[in-house]
Amino acid sequence: MSQSRAKKTLKFLIPLGLFVVLVGFLGYGLTTDPRKVPSPLIGKSIPDFTLPTLADPDRQVTQEALKGTVSLVNVWASWCPSCRAEHRMLMGIAQEGIDDLQIVGLNWKDERPQAQDMLRLFGNPYVVNLFDPDNQVGLDFGVYGAPETFVIDRHGIIRYKHIGPVDAEVWEQTLRPLVQQLKAQS
Amino acid sequence: MRPRTKRLLFVGLAIGGVGVAATLAITALQSNISYFFSPSQVIAAEAPTDRVFRIGGMVEEGSIARQPDGLTVLFSVTDNAERVQVSYTGILPDLFGADQGVVARGRLGQDGVFYAEEVLAKHDESYMPPEVAATLKTAQTDTPTTAVATQ
Amino acid sequence: MIPEIGHFALILALLLALVQASLPLVGSFIGNRLWMASARPLAYGQALFLTIAFAALVQVFLADDFSVIYAASNSNSLLPPVYKVSAVWGAHEGSLLLWALFLGLWAAAVAAFSRALPLAMVARTLAVLGMVSIGFLLFMLLTSNPFERLFPVPPDGRDLNPLLQDPGLAIHPPMLYMGYVGFSVAFALAIAALIGGKLDAAWARWSRPWTTIAWTFLTIGIVLGSWWAYYELGWGGWWFWDPVENASLMPWIVGTALLHSLAVTEKRGAFKSWTVLLALSAFSLSLLGTFLVRSGVLTSVHAFATDPTRGVFILAFLGVVIGGSLALYAWRAPAVSGGGRFTLVSRESFLLANNLLLVLLTLLVLLGTLAPLIYEAMSWGKISVGFPWFNKMFLGVTPFVALALGVGVLARWKQDEPARLARQLALAAALSAAVLLVSFWPPFSHGALWVPVGLALAAWVLFSHLTSLYERLRHKTRLGGGLLADLTGHSRSYYGMLIAHLGVAVFIVGLTMLSNFQIEKDLRMAPGDRTEVAGYQFLFEGSGPVKGPNYDAQRGRVLVFDGDRQVAVLTPEKRTYLASSQTMTEAAIDAGLLRDVYVSLGEPLAGGAWSLRIYYKPYVRWIWLGGLLMAIGGVLAVTDRRYRTATQAASVPSAGAVAKA
Repeated sequence: MSQSRAKKTLKFLIPLGLFVVLVGFLGYGLTTDPRKVPSPLIGKSIPDFTLPTLADPDRQVTQEALKGTVSLVNVWASWCPSCRAEHRMLMGIAQEGIDDLQIVGLNWKDERPQAQDMLRLFGNPYVVNLFDPDNQVGLDFGVYGAPETFVIDRHGIIRYKHIGPVDAEVWEQTLRPLVQQLKAQS
Repeated sequence: MRPRTKRLLFVGLAIGGVGVAATLAITALQSNISYFFSPSQVIAAEAPTDRVFRIGGMVEEGSIARQPDGLTVLFSVTDNAERVQVSYTGILPDLFGADQGVVARGRLGQDGVFYAEEVLAKHDESYMPPEVAATLKTAQTDTPTTAVATQ
Repeated sequence: MIPEIGHFALILALLLALVQASLPLVGSFIGNRLWMASARPLAYGQALFLTIAFAALVQVFLADDFSVIYAASNSNSLLPPVYKVSAVWGAHEGSLLLWALFLGLWAAAVAAFSRALPLAMVARTLAVLGMVSIGFLLFMLLTSNPFERLFPVPPDGRDLNPLLQDPGLAIHPPMLYMGYVGFSVAFALAIAALIGGKLDAAWARWSRPWTTIAWTFLTIGIVLGSWWAYYELGWGGWWFWDPVENASLMPWIVGTALLHSLAVTEKRGAFKSWTVLLALSAFSLSLLGTFLVRSGVLTSVHAFATDPTRGVFILAFLGVVIGGSLALYAWRAPAVSGGGRFTLVSRESFLLANNLLLVLLTLLVLLGTLAPLIYEAMSWGKISVGFPWFNKMFLGVTPFVALALGVGVLARWKQDEPARLARQLALAAALSAAVLLVSFWPPFSHGALWVPVGLALAAWVLFSHLTSLYERLRHKTRLGGGLLADLTGHSRSYYGMLIAHLGVAVFIVGLTMLSNFQIEKDLRMAPGDRTEVAGYQFLFEGSGPVKGPNYDAQRGRVLVFDGDRQVAVLTPEKRTYLASSQTMTEAAIDAGLLRDVYVSLGEPLAGGAWSLRIYYKPYVRWIWLGGLLMAIGGVLAVTDRRYRTATQAASVPSAGAVAKA
């Protein structure tokens, strides 16, 4: 009798069991970020480029600006709300004044006045901003959207690409250790 | 005993039916899924040549060429390492364009050109994970001072 | 100021929800009537504050207050006022608020129309609804606050996605959410009944109208969504088996099974534990759908922004709500199952068969929707499941549903004589066979096997239901009375059933004719070019610029002739929206009961030519007509007299059923 009752209860446990399996798969789906597309550029040299700066259309910058020191290249635009959100984090990193680290902006698919306004209002964490309204250089860097952040070592090799905004967690757990490690390498 | 036998028969039929259905469904699934490959994988010959798959990447600037019939378009899809030529006959989605992310479904031809049956374009190019919306509020309160401090 | 009022109202609603979820529930266990009675005013209060919050957000949009991030990202000062309102639920945060508002309104409705229920049952039901509400309000306040401010204030908003600037899509989400959220009532009633240990006919009777209303809204929502996709996405499809669509279809199919199962439980006391499981599943699948859409676990054509953090929250919420309810089910259901014996040839059997088929179909859709995820988890590769698979599965299951539907409507409850049943079905069978043979005629079917099969199934459903009506009338006429009196003498729920099932037949005809006879043609046309599609002549006259309120467009002109007679002037547009500089295709459609002619502009080519898409879509309207008939059937069933009297007559059926707490 008790055995048949146990059997009966077992039957009613099936839906719960199925659901647990389902949650397993859904949980897995959450941990694999669909945005993590490995960039084929990692481990390669930065592409050659020549771009005007955001502040001064007549001043040209080339790939040489990204060599000799560790750089964070941050792709941003004034039309992109999460870039605005990320901005505060970048300000914080800039204010820390880490030796041998420069933050370079790649102002992407944007318009000059709006981008300049945004820096005036929120502050400017960048040592220099490359102005790329037509995605010429963005394409070579494999930029899919804004914001994205590249970590580049002092020899101009792309070491890492972060897709989406940099928040405190990303900075402390991923980017900062990587930057320290790159600085330690000669 | 009779109702019990009947009941067993019914349950047996139900289980058998579900089993058959599941087998059919999964067999059919195997032949109806399409895998996803990047241009690099295609060039490295990892993609199948005998079945439909999907390829994704960016449409390369200046690569879009319309054929004289007005409906066939050739373009290359790149992951910035390798590129694959794609041919598509038909009407492209509204958001298709140079420098845009794109996913095409079709077959790889003997000539190395990917013959697409379907082309999908991405909707938006801004990453907007709104967990950062929470930080916006704090950002706004102390922005003015920060702005002054850095200029 | 207004946004802060909205934000504050949300917080107050959350506080009320916390009390509503706990106090009445505890009261129902310790027998404190005052605590139990607090459920109703708490539900009203929550609904009130949610309404205030929602009104505040609408006002933010109408007043172009772009200091609110959500408005700045989804509206624009040039947006027509109607779309400013619909933009409120155009993206994540606002649609969540709409969800929460509907949940509050449904709970208030339960509070208002539950005089017939024992107080403990009301208390528990509202407490469960309060718990669901807590989940949604917390989610909104912690991860997706629609009232978040932005500084500095942008001069204008980024505009509503142009795809959503459309009357069909303005009302599609509210309908869909009313359906999703509506299933929460059946869910809460089932949980309350499981807690109370009483799954009786009365429980089924209370659950039925709520389920039917929710199902009707969901039906309308899905029909609108399909219709919108057809004319707005510009490629003439009406169903894509996209994860978002599947997310709405799964609760609908299970909801359909639930409606029928509830009928059996009410009338015959059978299938109790099965019915409860369906009630839990219908709402669980609604939540799962929300999870799939919001978390970005599956990439979809119209998924909102992907966000793992939100995903984690919803997954945890799913785990608590669904896992908790299924655990409660495993614990309590064994004690309440059983009852209502029936034989193999009976209406119960056929209803059960259809129930199982519908659940099978749901599981198949779920499998296909989650297959990409499963493959990735198992490292079998990144895949997508093509729509041919879904079509095959659908076509593999639904013909049996239609067959059983025809028999079930004529079968008697509990036990029927096979001979009697066969006699009644003979005429319908003969007529369907005739349809099968006639439509098999090659010049008509072009050898497509599905044409005769589909049409015969539709005929089977139609004629078996007509037989049912005839038998009922004949039975009545024997008792005397005129034909009109006979026709009006049946309950509305009977006619609701007839009309909804007629909708099934109409849908099958539409599906069969459309998928076998549609013609799609992409071609290049220069001004003055002519082409022929499906016997119609199309003359492209060229294109010119036009200006809309918030877009610029190129408008083409295509004349359609049937022989020498001009049947339509079609003006498809290619729009560029000013604020977002997004391009949109507006198709031009000459709609008809028997066929649609559909023209859309592709891309401009040299010399004023365009690539054009010309479609001939026979019987496409029947697909939505079928859905609408089902919804009308639902409305009739809900307005049946016994429900109207049930809400008025105070606690007649339940006087003896005071829950033992």
